[in-house]
Amino acid sequence: MASRSASSNFLKLEFVLGALLVGVIGIAVIFSGVIFPGGAEKIDLMSRLVPPFTKPAHIFGTDPLGRDVLARVMAGGKISLLVGFVSVAGGVTVGVVMGLIAGYYRGIWDMLVMRFADIQLAMPFILLAITFIAIVGGGLANTIILLVVSQWVQYARLVRGSVLTLREREFILSARAIGVKDWRIIVQHLLPNLIGPVIVLMTLNVATNILLESSLTFLGLGIDPTIPSWGGMLAEGRTYLQTAWWVSVFPGLAILLTVLGLNLLGDWLRDSLDPTGRTSA
Amino acid sequence: MMQTASKPLLKVEGLSVEFGASRVIDDLSFSVSSGQTVAIVGESGSGKSVTSLSVMRLADMLGANFPAGRILFGTSKGEADLLRLDQKTMRGIRGKEISMIFQEPMTSLNPVFTIGDQVAEILKLHEGKSNTAALAEAKRLLDMVRLPDAAELLTRYPHQLSGGMRQRVMIAMALACKPKLLIADEPTTALDVTIQAQILNILRDLQKDLGTAIIFITHDMGVVAEMADDVVVMWKGKAVEKGAALDIFDKPAHPYTRTLLSAVPKLGSMTGQDFPKRLPLMVLEDGEPRLAGVERVQDTARYSADPLLSVRDLVVRFDIKKSFLGKVTHRVHAVEKVSFDIHPGETLALVGESGSGKSTIGRTIQQLQKATAGNVSFAGKSLSDMTSAERHRLRQDVQYIFQDPFASLDPRKTVGFSIAEPIRTHGLIHSDKEIATTVDALLERVGLTSAHARRYPHEFSGGQRQRICIARALASNPKLIIADEALSALDVSIQAQIINLFMDLQQERGLAYLFISHDMAVVEKMSHRVAVLYLGQIMEFGYRRQVFETPSHDYTRRLLSAVPIADPRQRKQLAAIEGDIPSPVRAVGNEPVRYAREEIAPGHFVARSA
Repeated sequence: MASRSASSNFLKLEFVLGALLVGVIGIAVIFSGVIFPGGAEKIDLMSRLVPPFTKPAHIFGTDPLGRDVLARVMAGGKISLLVGFVSVAGGVTVGVVMGLIAGYYRGIWDMLVMRFADIQLAMPFILLAITFIAIVGGGLANTIILLVVSQWVQYARLVRGSVLTLREREFILSARAIGVKDWRIIVQHLLPNLIGPVIVLMTLNVATNILLESSLTFLGLGIDPTIPSWGGMLAEGRTYLQTAWWVSVFPGLAILLTVLGLNLLGDWLRDSLDPTGRTSA
Repeated sequence: MMQTASKPLLKVEGLSVEFGASRVIDDLSFSVSSGQTVAIVGESGSGKSVTSLSVMRLADMLGANFPAGRILFGTSKGEADLLRLDQKTMRGIRGKEISMIFQEPMTSLNPVFTIGDQVAEILKLHEGKSNTAALAEAKRLLDMVRLPDAAELLTRYPHQLSGGMRQRVMIAMALACKPKLLIADEPTTALDVTIQAQILNILRDLQKDLGTAIIFITHDMGVVAEMADDVVVMWKGKAVEKGAALDIFDKPAHPYTRTLLSAVPKLGSMTGQDFPKRLPLMVLEDGEPRLAGVERVQDTARYSADPLLSVRDLVVRFDIKKSFLGKVTHRVHAVEKVSFDIHPGETLALVGESGSGKSTIGRTIQQLQKATAGNVSFAGKSLSDMTSAERHRLRQDVQYIFQDPFASLDPRKTVGFSIAEPIRTHGLIHSDKEIATTVDALLERVGLTSAHARRYPHEFSGGQRQRICIARALASNPKLIIADEALSALDVSIQAQIINLFMDLQQERGLAYLFISHDMAVVEKMSHRVAVLYLGQIMEFGYRRQVFETPSHDYTRRLLSAVPIADPRQRKQLAAIEGDIPSPVRAVGNEPVRYAREEIAPGHFVARSA
């Protein structure tokens, strides 16, 4: 019934739109240095706050220091996307592994992991961030680590919950009855059956993390504020929102489109991993 | 019983039901009169449940369309076509004039309200009774379905009741407003046989008192024979045969009815036979029934050989309740000192009702569950003396088939992957190409084709999936297969095919089976020896003939008498069967009595009552 050929799978609207959005943004960000050599940093006080679509040199207008908004959006994506993707990848890895171990082996592992998770959930993010940065210092790597530390809990709880229901299912029991080793049951049977919701949470967390990075930078806890990032630009533009909306709207739009693209790709990935071919909400 | 002269209460005329483009019911007509029971029989996918949901107009909510037909029902305000009524009017009819009992009593009561609240709610809703009046009436209703201690029950919550008690509550709720028509959709399928017999009794007696018309939907020909005045046989959305129950059982006209009836295992059909018999099967070919397969006496058990599996004094208990300080206060006594042997080529059946510990025994042998005490040994070697490598090897020699073929295959793996898994796990064959060839051969052996290996489980029917599970169990070349209710979830015609497959494989490979089942008729057909379990202990043990022809323990006799026989002339009064199956949960220190067994004939053991 649900036999789909590989080609039709890639012609789904979700995949086409998602791949297009993420692809265009990705290429623009990666080649920003080639398209605008040094453009993101070039200050031109003579043309401050130029509105968008008025001068061909500054299609998206300029910011209060006369820097080109388009160039900054493209350059700023580097930090934002790096932080967003790497921190989510790290959080998923740690969280899924912890959740699988806690849910499958139960007992002392479960207690340790989940109590630790509870303690961490009880701590406000800002408090965690200030403590963490105060101890190990700021910078790109530490910001990513901080985000991983603060987010693995969500994945661990989600995965553990799924494992608890799955491990009582007969197909897991029958794998055990055959004598399949624990790690193979975990990797081959549990993981594919619980990955759907994890993918959805991942795509949402990329957006959250881009914004968290900017909040940290805004508070002086994150990355060097002179390096452009989408979150940082949003924060800068906040004071000019009444008079020069374009300073913050364009980086905001970049975040929005990236997240939309990732969500579409995530939905497509989840559905195409499911052989039953049902499209779940 | 037949009231052919009176005008029918419900008349379905030329009903067709469609879901989207597919027509699920095609041109169905039947009628029900007051005080009469019409059974709608069919296998899964025949459209029998959709019929009942259409009468209730609940099928609308599933997206059904009614392109043709009428459902005429004599409401209290005169006759009306239910298909033309709006949902608001239907709400007044549902529960009041037509009510329904569903299959699953565990999920059809709301867990957060008391029984009293739930029964009273209907009375308040439909009859506008005050709270006190409704509760008093609720108590009367619970008395009516013979629930003991009705006043006390009103304050209890659903989880405190057993399945049989819940189903009686459901009947009480269904009959609360004295409906003219009761639709019972597989109401006893999820229940044990002795409980099923009680429920059928109650339904029959209440029908006599209240004159309710009943539409009884079931796949079980035995239940049909017990209950029905008229029968409608459905097949692929069409009524292939209609008529009085006696006629249908005596001289079935349609080929499908004939194959269906021939597939039903009948208790007592093996009387006088020393060994199980593989019987040819009636199959439909080009619309004509034809006998297929060979007849063969299944004399495969080798009692002269050493036992393959020995279980000695096995005890399994689960701690469930703990006190505040973490001390165990209650335990489930699942298995209490059970001993038996299985010889090569033998089928040993474990029969019993829920809570008898039959599945726990199987799971303990398969090392899915730890034994509290006692010993399991395989081919002469005790499990406790084995190294972990030997215990791993045991999982190659002993395979387990689960009840639910829908749940025991990983939905994300191809069928070929699942069948190859035992081979890879035990490193039996290394080259991928040879594994693929083996998988293809296994699929063909169980009656599928090699092309099926690349498909996923959801693309198969229940019977095909159970065949896949059997192929998977065969993959590691086992000596013993534990079949845990492996036939219970299948339609009878499929069941008969799988029984034959089991027997053929036993003949070919000298396999031994531990056959766990609650279905006495299937056990009679398949097994060499039988152990009857009750609350974790073996009540009776012996060769099949001994247990079925000279049952010597009260419980065995009770179990046998509760099985509905697919012959309407043999209706029995089942009043003798009363009471629930006791719970195996006990407080610590309150040990169950262990019955001594005595040998009343060679190989025939019976527990002596204390």
